[in-house]
Amino acid sequence: MAGNTDPLSPRAKLAVTAGKAAAAVSRAAGRGSGSVIGGKVALRLDPDLLAALAQHLDVVLVSATNGKTTTTRLIAEALRASGPVVSNALGANMPAGITSALAGGSDAKYGVIEVDEKYLAGVARDTTPKAIALLNLSRDQLDRAAETRMLAEHWREGLAGTKAVVIANADDPLIVWAASSSPNVVWVAAGQEWKDDAWSCPACGGVMQRPGDDWFCGQCGFRRPAPSWALHGDHVLDPHGSAWPIHLQLPGRANRANAATSAAVAATFGVPPQVALERMYQVQAVAGRYDVVSFLGRDLRLLLAKNPAGWLETFSLIDPPPTPVILAVNARGADGTDTSWLWDVDYTRLAGHPIFVIGDRKLDLAVRLEVAGLDFRVCATADEAVQMAPPGRIEAIANYTSFQDLRRRVGN
Amino acid sequence: MSDNSLRLVWIYPDLLSTYGDQGNALVVERRARQRGLDVTRVDVRSDQAVPTSGDIYLIGGGEDRPQRLAAERLRRDGGLNRAVSNGAIVFSVCAGYQILGHEFVNDLGEREGGLGLLDVISTRGEGERCVGDVLGDIDPHLGLPPLTGFENHQGITHLGPSARPFARVSLGRGNGTGDGTEGAYNDTVFGTYMHGPVLARNPLIADLLLKLALDVNALPPADDRWYEALRAERIAAATQPA
Repeated sequence: MAGNTDPLSPRAKLAVTAGKAAAAVSRAAGRGSGSVIGGKVALRLDPDLLAALAQHLDVVLVSATNGKTTTTRLIAEALRASGPVVSNALGANMPAGITSALAGGSDAKYGVIEVDEKYLAGVARDTTPKAIALLNLSRDQLDRAAETRMLAEHWREGLAGTKAVVIANADDPLIVWAASSSPNVVWVAAGQEWKDDAWSCPACGGVMQRPGDDWFCGQCGFRRPAPSWALHGDHVLDPHGSAWPIHLQLPGRANRANAATSAAVAATFGVPPQVALERMYQVQAVAGRYDVVSFLGRDLRLLLAKNPAGWLETFSLIDPPPTPVILAVNARGADGTDTSWLWDVDYTRLAGHPIFVIGDRKLDLAVRLEVAGLDFRVCATADEAVQMAPPGRIEAIANYTSFQDLRRRVGN
Repeated sequence: MSDNSLRLVWIYPDLLSTYGDQGNALVVERRARQRGLDVTRVDVRSDQAVPTSGDIYLIGGGEDRPQRLAAERLRRDGGLNRAVSNGAIVFSVCAGYQILGHEFVNDLGEREGGLGLLDVISTRGEGERCVGDVLGDIDPHLGLPPLTGFENHQGITHLGPSARPFARVSLGRGNGTGDGTEGAYNDTVFGTYMHGPVLARNPLIADLLLKLALDVNALPPADDRWYEALRAERIAAATQPA
């Protein structure tokens, strides 16, 4: 048992056992993995359980608006080069889900943990992480979430003086604001296509100037820090100036950025970039995302995009026209019930693709596409959309619950 | 304005474009072009001067600190007030609506001066945020079908004698004053709490703005099929028990 010298207290052991029992009951009742209910039961019996479980691990926390599940997976794969890893790989990223995941990994050396943005400061306090990876912050579910800048402020306060090495994206001003209260930051130039949540300086409110890839506030001294790691096209540049090629199975610029950040995290644990990257190449899908499935005799690639920044990154990775595209949007609780964000997505990027629209809120999307001047067809079901699509692999882009609906329908 | 051109000004997308309200600019632009107008859209960032020669000005919603910054910069700039005295049409949403009034409560909990273009005063409510779908009837003088939208705010807006309520809600909170009013307007300046964006949910409001700007009583018909389908769905969803 790597590093696991202090046994759990009797109370903590009882809590773990009770949590596992609750999870088993939940699974038996057909209510999913049971990890959240198990974690809730365990945390109620021992509120300090998360801290107790984390005590034996080298903990890495990962948070962001987009890319946290994938990056958590990439870091976990990389660190397996150096020892056993426990991780909340399925994205249960609030304290109960995290507790449940850690309770399942008593022989692990590393805990690689995805954390919901709202809980980062608290989980960082409980788990005393060795490293924290911060990828990006942008608008998401504004009908129920905190304001984006306030979230950055909350991180900044919660992480001030942390002992962890913070691995942070130098290209996102909100991330830089959040991370720069930490004494030990490794800046990664990971890029951020979406810029519309950071035109206003998080420090002073001045208007941000953004020439090329640089950014700085026109009023105060807040500016892009010099990165020690960088994503440069298809390569990661490390602090020694070596360029390492990235050959991920996962598509797109955003995933190369996630790999660059993951390589920087792995390096803080002594795993060299080449070893870390090689291990990341094994990942071909993450919780169904990027999976190519066969359905009704057609190939569909399943892509999750939950908010304007995510849609923008997704548009840049899909195959060019005339590849058919299915767009699916719901507005259930987990998606956010306001569909106004559709208007922050630049759908003119889909010009030339045959477009098929499904989901609970297909009519919101229809008006959006009509105003964008695009041709599209509204379909009652995924089946109908697939049957109508012209030949070729279909790109299916869906927001959160519509992605789950689609996975269920195509048997993924 | 010259016969066939329309200048559409989108105020401060860097500060007041957080809730998809730029959709309002896209809808007005699209519907104007469909009527054969030559549209120039000007997006004015908060470090730029507000042009005074626009025909229609749109302002969206934003978070609390950006709202204060926008009010400070618009007061200092003065361009929007000059545009309104030149007869321009203004349509504002949520934080932008509050800024057009005499004053509102800013992110520091202080009273912040607005532009005084609408006879309203806004304060902050004590209770829960108003979040959810809204249904209402627009002031009959405007001759428009029912209002559908989405609200997400904590403001309370009181109307003075020279502002008329834009709508009365049957679902949702609107101005938050408890009297069922939603939004406010005078001859040329409109304010609402509705997102959605509101002009995508209610394209005939966009047409009203165009008619006021063009000083005409009617516009050539547009293909409203998808808007109508969306409106019918949202109105049905709002009137069905959850």
